[in-house]
Amino acid sequence: MTTLNVENVSICYRIGDFQSIGLKEYLMRKLTHTYFSKKFWAVKDVSFSLDKSDMLGIIGSNGAGKSTLLKAISGVMTPSNGTIQTQGKVVAFLELASGFDGDLTVKENTYLRGALLGYSRSLIDEQYDNIIAYAGLGEFADRPFRQLSSGMKSRLAFAIASLVQPDILILDEVLSVGDGAFQAKSEKRMKEIINAGSTTILVSHSLPQVRNLCNKVLWLDHGKQVAFGPSAPICARYEEFLRDGKLPEPLPWTDFESYYYSRLDADDGE
Amino acid sequence: MSAAIQRLKEYQFLLVELTKRDFKRKYKRTVLGMLWSVISPLLTLLVMRLVFTQFFGRAMEHYTTYLFAGNLVFSYFNEATTVGMNALVGNKDIFSKVNVPKYMFVFASNVSSFINFCLTFLVFFLFVALDGVPFTWMFLWLLFPIACLLLFNIGISAILSALCMFFADMQYLYKVFTMLLMYLSAIFYQVEVYPESVQRIFLANPIYVYIKFIRLVVLNQTLPSTEYFIMATGYAVIAFVLGMWIYHKNNQKFIFYV
Repeated sequence: MTTLNVENVSICYRIGDFQSIGLKEYLMRKLTHTYFSKKFWAVKDVSFSLDKSDMLGIIGSNGAGKSTLLKAISGVMTPSNGTIQTQGKVVAFLELASGFDGDLTVKENTYLRGALLGYSRSLIDEQYDNIIAYAGLGEFADRPFRQLSSGMKSRLAFAIASLVQPDILILDEVLSVGDGAFQAKSEKRMKEIINAGSTTILVSHSLPQVRNLCNKVLWLDHGKQVAFGPSAPICARYEEFLRDGKLPEPLPWTDFESYYYSRLDADDGE
Repeated sequence: MSAAIQRLKEYQFLLVELTKRDFKRKYKRTVLGMLWSVISPLLTLLVMRLVFTQFFGRAMEHYTTYLFAGNLVFSYFNEATTVGMNALVGNKDIFSKVNVPKYMFVFASNVSSFINFCLTFLVFFLFVALDGVPFTWMFLWLLFPIACLLLFNIGISAILSALCMFFADMQYLYKVFTMLLMYLSAIFYQVEVYPESVQRIFLANPIYVYIKFIRLVVLNQTLPSTEYFIMATGYAVIAFVLGMWIYHKNNQKFIFYV
């Protein structure tokens, strides 16, 4: 069953002067013709689809458009072109600790975060004690949030986000939250979620990790889709790319798999 | 259908939690903070009352009520929109990471200002009583301009918060604008001294219309003409629809300005 279908997705950013300049400055630059802004395709024509319990690793160098694509899948952004179809609940673990309010207490922040993630009040009511216990914040429940350490904040964020079983799980780098003990705990919980049949998308710079965890890989380069398919062949080719900096040829990459196997055959022949 | 109800329930939870946050943020959970929202308009009122009766010798029956009605509406508008214009900029950390309907931030900040307004309104009634204005059932009509004003403020907040996202200096420009608006809203003076044609120009100012509506009900104890009902509704609907339209149109654009 296909849970995620990404079809010809392109995402266009505008970059230039328009950010954080005021109205006066904007008019000034328009008048003097020094206003600068241009389009920039962060993701260009990417297509792939995932089935239930697939685990996809997205690889590529910095600025390849990985995070932008994740934002589009999580619904924070809409693609400029193309379509993204998702089935069921999407939960994204992106920059977990941000978006909390420093003045509110831990308890109030827990409810607010739950509401933002689309949970019901009854779920939070029910699970509140578990969340606090899981995050190990028992004695901090009524303290202002700003008094917590950053590790504690991420722990709470993780505890809330991992409360439900998502259909599609989005991870920016594998989570390493908090100290050693909590890391083990969060990893265990993550595995539970993944094994329970979530379609998982993972962005990672660690190739061994992608190879170990993911059955499929999407390789992006400057927003373009270099390859999508089973992880072993693509990871192998990516490693080569990391060494010599040459993108695989020939295009189009849809034919990549057969290219890889033909290469294997050729290597065997020698 | 049940999915729609589920969604509505989710949003209701979100709205309540966001409102609570805005409310607590504002008063920093102090008792005096809460009280301050009532005291502050009273002090403004006191100053105005003193200045205009003692120095300008304005002689008019129920001047305190007249002044208070004007001040009440204007301060509510001023507060709701000034706080509301930060609804997007102040929440960019959230909507750039979580997929939430952005207009919720505007609604929440406005609900929080509205609660504040309701408290001041109670004090207003106290002053109306002290001023010797008789209470009638007609006062129930006050709910109408209040509802319109709420809608109007949400609309204006939405427009401003979108502009604020695109132009960072909107806040300063808006401050100048509200000062001008205050003088144009006939809060402490009477427009009746002007010729009929000039008086009509005042009606182009929505805030004046809402103030006048309340004064007609409380001080003149008459039901405003249909014209006032149409204007009050019209301004509110126009502002609200325009605000929501801007949000709808730019919904995907805001994130590029984060």
